Amino acid sequence: MNPALIKPPLFLACLMPLAYYAWGAQADTLGANPIEAVTRGLGTWALNFLLITLSVTPLRKYSGWAWLGRLRRMLGLFVFFYATLHLTTYLWFDQFFDWQAIAKDILKRPFITVGMITFALLVPLAATSNAFAIRKLGGRRWQELHRSVYLIGLLAVLHYSWMVKADVSKPLLYASLLGVLLGLRVWWRVQERNRQLAGAYLPKPRGRIIPLAVRK
Amino acid sequence: MLIRPPNDIAPSEITPRSLFDRRREFLRLSTGVALASLLPAAQAKLGPGRASAYSISETPTPLKHVTGYNNYYEFGTDKEDPARTAHSLRVRPWTLSIEGLVKQPKTLGIEDILKLAPVEERIYRLRCVEGWSMVIPWLGFPVATLLKQVEPLGGAKYVEFVTAVQPETMPGVRSRVLDWPYVEGLRLDEAMHPLAIIAVGLYGDVLPNQNGAPLRLVVPWKYGFKSGKSIVKIRFTDKEPRTAWMKAAPQEYGFYSNVNPEVDHPRWSQARERRIGEFSKRQTLMFNGYAEQVSQLYTGMDLRKQF
Repeated sequence: MNPALIKPPLFLACLMPLAYYAWGAQADTLGANPIEAVTRGLGTWALNFLLITLSVTPLRKYSGWAWLGRLRRMLGLFVFFYATLHLTTYLWFDQFFDWQAIAKDILKRPFITVGMITFALLVPLAATSNAFAIRKLGGRRWQELHRSVYLIGLLAVLHYSWMVKADVSKPLLYASLLGVLLGLRVWWRVQERNRQLAGAYLPKPRGRIIPLAVRK
Repeated sequence: MLIRPPNDIAPSEITPRSLFDRRREFLRLSTGVALASLLPAAQAKLGPGRASAYSISETPTPLKHVTGYNNYYEFGTDKEDPARTAHSLRVRPWTLSIEGLVKQPKTLGIEDILKLAPVEERIYRLRCVEGWSMVIPWLGFPVATLLKQVEPLGGAKYVEFVTAVQPETMPGVRSRVLDWPYVEGLRLDEAMHPLAIIAVGLYGDVLPNQNGAPLRLVVPWKYGFKSGKSIVKIRFTDKEPRTAWMKAAPQEYGFYSNVNPEVDHPRWSQARERRIGEFSKRQTLMFNGYAEQVSQLYTGMDLRKQF
């Protein structure tokens, strides 16, 4: 499969949630509190794309479709895209850029504090999502940096569950999906280590990092 | 020819003469009852209701939002859930028991309750703890009218409002989101305040199920969750009732829960609110704009501590 054929339609598909909310806001079909619906919807989609991005490697591994790995950057950037829109709706329609109120909110409300940290952690990942940055940082350092996506996932789910008033069933669903995706990584690492200990690897220079991501 | 009286009919099954003589009347009555039960909620429009000096002059929130955006967790935790699922709520027959620290507990049928007092229209602000608000033209009568049906004992200081649990009609009570039944409470003097009403309708019509039919408490100077829906029991107590939200998150929800822009909820600033249907936010008013009427209830209290 040629990723060049998949990328354009996938790009359009990734814009569908935004189109839905943009259309809904125009046509007034988002219910009694459209601003809340948009804010929450965009946040949910940032989280959805995060889980989708984290699914790429397992899918690639188990299906053997190497080309899936080539879609990961775009999907990851859509996490940032929706997270940015989510943050913007909060800053704009919730706080109307009242920076004093925003600062108070960040300090006083744990779910907002966590949300802001999550977004802040996304920024360097988005900024280094290009070949130049990879070259500049070197593959290994780049990969170490991008492993913070696991922490981002945990914080994003925490942000969601602390926002909810009483019914945590949806945050729990996201937590369990994330648990599976992160659990797979742990499982692979354990397997890898066992294989190394069993001598499946030829002696290599010391300090070599166990490869977790695609090496091309 | 000998005619034997059949001996397999028990005397108790024989219609008494007095009733037998009234059989036409009985037929007429039962047809009436049968027809009435075909009507939704067994009654037609409640009528406009008497205008009240307690009404505000702000524009009411459109009916579709008042009935389509509800927090009624017994019918689901999404705000669109109750409008979709609350049609199943059984609102007839409905009884309300008034008990606890009273001389003579009482159980009243809904039909009798509706006759207690003329229905008034009260156009009130409703401020949700989540930071949104509406203006709702309720139909109802003062809570005091109900409370005066019994004689409270000397020790009675609080009133607890217990709401309905119908597992077969309420999909939400299967999950343990809150400790059912949903319980709310007021201090006796708060409950007796003329602004506190029992709503039986809105927008000139019978109260829709998702808004808490058939009897719903409305306490406009407190956050919306204080206004319990579908009330089945009122209990006079000497201790502050432990409400459903206090049990769920005591650090977030206090007993009083008066609307107060200066006392924040841990999750939301309460300084401003979004009026449903409006784009920008409004400043939240002290006691939801009812300070003039109710602030004397709280003189000498630290509202930051007794939130």
